[in-house]
Amino acid sequence: MARKSKKGEKQEMEMVRIYIMGKEYKVPAGLTIMKAMEYAGYRYIRGAGCRAGFCGACATVYRKEGDYKLHADLACQTTVEDGMWLVQLPFTPANKAIYDMDKIEADDKTLVNFYPEIARCVSCNTCTKACPQELDVMDYIQASLRGDIAKAAELSFDCIQCGLCAMRCPAEIAHYHVAQLARRLYGKYIAPKARHLEERVKEIEEGKFDEEMKKMMKMSVTQLRKLYNARDIEPEED
Amino acid sequence: MEMGYYPGCTLKTNAKVFEDSLLKAFEKIGIKLKELNKWYCCGTVYSLATDNLMYRLAAIRNLIRAKEDGHEKLVAPCSICYNTLKQANLMAKSDEEAMSKINAFMDEEPDYDGSVSVIHPLEVIEAKLQEIKAAVKKPLGKKYAAYYGCLLLRPKEIAIDEHENPSIMERLIEALGGSVVNFPLKNECCGSYNVASNKEAVIDANYRIITNARRNGADAIVTSCPLCHFNLKEMQKEVKKVHPEFAGLPVYYFSELMVEAFGIEMEG
Repeated sequence: MARKSKKGEKQEMEMVRIYIMGKEYKVPAGLTIMKAMEYAGYRYIRGAGCRAGFCGACATVYRKEGDYKLHADLACQTTVEDGMWLVQLPFTPANKAIYDMDKIEADDKTLVNFYPEIARCVSCNTCTKACPQELDVMDYIQASLRGDIAKAAELSFDCIQCGLCAMRCPAEIAHYHVAQLARRLYGKYIAPKARHLEERVKEIEEGKFDEEMKKMMKMSVTQLRKLYNARDIEPEED
Repeated sequence: MEMGYYPGCTLKTNAKVFEDSLLKAFEKIGIKLKELNKWYCCGTVYSLATDNLMYRLAAIRNLIRAKEDGHEKLVAPCSICYNTLKQANLMAKSDEEAMSKINAFMDEEPDYDGSVSVIHPLEVIEAKLQEIKAAVKKPLGKKYAAYYGCLLLRPKEIAIDEHENPSIMERLIEALGGSVVNFPLKNECCGSYNVASNKEAVIDANYRIITNARRNGADAIVTSCPLCHFNLKEMQKEVKKVHPEFAGLPVYYFSELMVEAFGIEMEG
């Protein structure tokens, strides 16, 4: 049965109780954790980036009443619930290996040599449970351990480097740094090269487009806009 | 026939030749080893600390993956993986208290009941000796010393054969047309992980084991363990530095002998 709203009746805003660093606040239901914290009076100076679930800056951990699990999510993507105890974890201290991509090789020992602590993984899966992107974090660490760079790169592709995996790991692994190295190695040494890109770079280096660039540099914004709107759009090739 | 296959990290890296030859040889005798969809490092060594269950998680999780993929039997060729998985499975069947803790900790997984049977390829071979004989195209013809090492035999509860005097590998060699020599050091330790921190222990073990095999007339050593293989094969050059008179022996995985006798061409 649909509930009728009587004309003139004041709509009560539904409020929920949340606890930020142990202190209780009442905030409107439906807000994200990030907006709820701002509603409660907190101001983000750091720990808030894109506000759209892509930058990984607003890692948050929380518990719900009557649930032993420690949940991990992004504050900008998660809606507050009544009885939520939460805190922000905007940064994770984690050592990053120093390497020169032009000098290192992609073999089955590269990842474990730069990050030997991955051999401490006991397959507890806590990292996977902590991942707000729902990646198979443990699986990509295990792939890294056995030198399967391509698999590690594939499984970690959507990592936003929020650091929650590293914060929760009992083996003190910095998963997201390992994954980043895997993706770099994959991109540079393993993935098939895009030949058309090499050709185009060569054309640019040989100055094929210099004249046109010079011409455009002298154009007014109006002329540029007109040119842009009238550009050829190549049909997608199969 | 299809069986679940747990490769372990080493068969994907240092012991790739073991994996390649094993898969080809088993295909020839009608067994398809199907790699688990997902698997993790076995845990490397079965922890002797009975109260630290954290080190059992990896092994149990692998067994859950095997069950999830519908395998009643899981073949683990690397001796270390075999030992770790088999001992963990034994614990799953016999230690209710430990399993209730592990099952509670892994609350994202179904409870595990020890129902997957962990086996070594040599156990599969034992039941297939007739098929193996029939598949031989180039009988081996040489004399071999079958070397088992420790991890397939100890503790005896998980041994693949009679733990003080195993003979599966000898029976395989004979089925392949080779002959076997008497080899009293067949279940001696190769020095194991000492290769990383105490090379002298491995050099000593290598010298004793290989010299003993030579004196008994062997042309080559046959093994099944990637770590034994490394310690016996790669460390021979170190042995020569200490014992200039030392004459080495070639070292093979049993599966390499199978593909050779079956006349299968290996790439690379």
